[in-house]
Amino acid sequence: MTDGDERDGGAPPGGVLPGDEPSAAAAPAAAPPPEVAALTDGEWHRLHPATPLLKGGTALVVALGVIVYNARDWVVQLVAGMVSGRRGGDDGDPFGYVVDHGLLGWVLLGLVVVVGVLSAFFWLAWRMNTFRVTDDTVEVRSGIVFRTNRRARLDRVQGIAVQRPVLARLVGAAKLEVSQAGDDANVSLAYLRSSSADDLRREILRRASGAQRSEGVSLAKPGEARHGFVGLVEQRAAEFLAEGADPEEALPGSVVRVPLGRLVGSVLLSGSTVFIVAAVVAVVVSVRLTGEWFLLFALLPAVIGSSGYYVGRISKSLRYSIAGTRDGVRIGYGLFSTTNETLPPGRIHSVSVSQPLLWRPKGWWQISINRASRSSASASQSGQQGNSVLLPVGDEADVRRVLALVLPELVGLAAAEAEELPGASGPGLPEGAAAVDVVDELHDAADGHASHTLRLVEDGLTSRGSEGGFTTSPRRAAVLRWFSWRRNGFRSAPGALLLRTGAIWRQLVIVPLPRVQSVGLHQGPLLRRLRLASVHLHTVSGPITARIGALDERDALEFFTRASHDAVEAARADRTHRWLATAAASAPPAHPTPDREDDPR
Amino acid sequence: MQRLDVADADWTRISPRYVWPEVVGWFVTGLVVAAATLPLWFLDSVWWRLLTAAVVVTTLVVCAFVPRRVRAIGYQLRDDDLLLRKGILFLRVVAVPYGRMQLIDINRGPVVRALGLSDLKFVTAAASSSVTIPGVPEADAEALRDRLVELAESRRAGL
Repeated sequence: MTDGDERDGGAPPGGVLPGDEPSAAAAPAAAPPPEVAALTDGEWHRLHPATPLLKGGTALVVALGVIVYNARDWVVQLVAGMVSGRRGGDDGDPFGYVVDHGLLGWVLLGLVVVVGVLSAFFWLAWRMNTFRVTDDTVEVRSGIVFRTNRRARLDRVQGIAVQRPVLARLVGAAKLEVSQAGDDANVSLAYLRSSSADDLRREILRRASGAQRSEGVSLAKPGEARHGFVGLVEQRAAEFLAEGADPEEALPGSVVRVPLGRLVGSVLLSGSTVFIVAAVVAVVVSVRLTGEWFLLFALLPAVIGSSGYYVGRISKSLRYSIAGTRDGVRIGYGLFSTTNETLPPGRIHSVSVSQPLLWRPKGWWQISINRASRSSASASQSGQQGNSVLLPVGDEADVRRVLALVLPELVGLAAAEAEELPGASGPGLPEGAAAVDVVDELHDAADGHASHTLRLVEDGLTSRGSEGGFTTSPRRAAVLRWFSWRRNGFRSAPGALLLRTGAIWRQLVIVPLPRVQSVGLHQGPLLRRLRLASVHLHTVSGPITARIGALDERDALEFFTRASHDAVEAARADRTHRWLATAAASAPPAHPTPDREDDPR
Repeated sequence: MQRLDVADADWTRISPRYVWPEVVGWFVTGLVVAAATLPLWFLDSVWWRLLTAAVVVTTLVVCAFVPRRVRAIGYQLRDDDLLLRKGILFLRVVAVPYGRMQLIDINRGPVVRALGLSDLKFVTAAASSSVTIPGVPEADAEALRDRLVELAESRRAGL
């Protein structure tokens, strides 16, 4: 890569056009693996040359648009003047003013200087922004004056998202975001070449998973194969028409399809709609009563705001897809700006299946999750769903399929745990299976358990009383849980704890046992009088609070004791931070990759 | 009425001297609130003086119960987790597996330090865990911290 070419990519706003994308950048090699191998060879690499344009270029495009708009007026007038033999008055037309006073040269010079300085700045920022992927870490350096160096351990990856905003999709770039636990602890590689972003994600996940490098890609140097200009344009068009997704990504088909009608309905049947309708009714009534028609204008901003809200909500969830891969659950959504995220096993800290009251006639449910990585408001602005919604809306069959993706890992974990400790009780375990392909075997075992566990979950959605094996609140708790005391209950399943609450706003909270941070038991004076108590399963903070109140104090104490014990056991057996290492390790007697490498710092 | 308690309870009590920091804390709070009500005396009504009296009485009553409350605080190092109990009226029992502890703080306020005590605070990945053992004698606190760090290290789990 030469400097001149890079400058081309950074500065001129015309670069938005697909064809203008710097062709001298190392074009994707014919086979992706070598290129990815080059990116992950442990050396420092730069990002996509169009990065500065995508990051800060929009403002430049707008500025250019303003200039062009003014110039167009002037040019049209000039041409018209030439034809009709007179020049129009230049009052109020800055461009005409500039030309008439012979300042055009100066303005152009100023423009060139500004653009030059800006592009030099952006180019420098791009030069200074480098990343590298080693076997255990991913590291990003950025900043010109204030340097930042962020290094993240791969076995602590909480999720990897490939985001493609509209503009980036046009250029064929994508943003790779590696989530880590904590507030704004994400490592963001913005932007990468679209195809290599997908491959890089696969490679990072493979390294994070701790799988043995058997089928791994060779670490050959990339062939500097270069496509011609036409080839690039064709490839870009193909990528864009491939609906923003890598063809290989499309392989695991989505298990859930959200019809447009259902999506629109689910957004319309929400609490905010009730609020808006109430507001409209209130305004209309007051207009009728007072005869002051101008009150209607008070509705205007509300109408604009709420329609924007609805459109935003719907467009975010359009083209929703969810599928299971070897490296966890993959969720994709977005029509123009797409996001595609992979959540490795064991990164979901609690799951809540809930049903707002208005959805009940339709039998719709929503699934949301708690996760350790929290992105800031800026991320949610850029089209993410606050990254806590796993299924925006779905019927019971959809819920079953999504939970089957999320739960087998819990159930598979229980199976693996029982396998590791032969003494532990685990019904229906394949005994003495030769370790040919332990992954498959684990999945088989998981399937056996999955059907069992899924029945528990389904029972938990709508059931009440002790059906589904739940322990519920006693009759005297009706004082505190007027309608739901028969439904308010808990039970433990293999690898998870289930809390069933709410008779009107139904909810089922599932907390994977290895993710429980601590367990709390509470009893205030009122609960004490009623001989009740509440149990709180502490997980990382998120939209879900795993808490169940108004239990019989004996049941609560038993649940507390059992949950705290099981959580320790499950955490001990948990190997999900290297989710494929267990499989690889139990096949040969060789020990898995060490659980805990010392931080290189 | 039988108090709710864990089956194999073998609670380690905190130092009874911890009564003093608590009493001082409540006393100062009560003093400040009572002082804040004093300007109301100029409003020329007996009822405002009663408000001040109510604040004083409440503070005294709360202070009177402090020893009982301090005696109710207990912790227990079990095989795999730390168990903490607090409160008489509002009972709270928390079990934190050793492997879940992310860091351990030792805090010493002025009164606590004067009495040779320390407060131990445990942080897990869940904000709602909020486990604090107050009033542990200084030497014990250091030993306890080191022991817990060691335990946490040997049982380290991911998130």
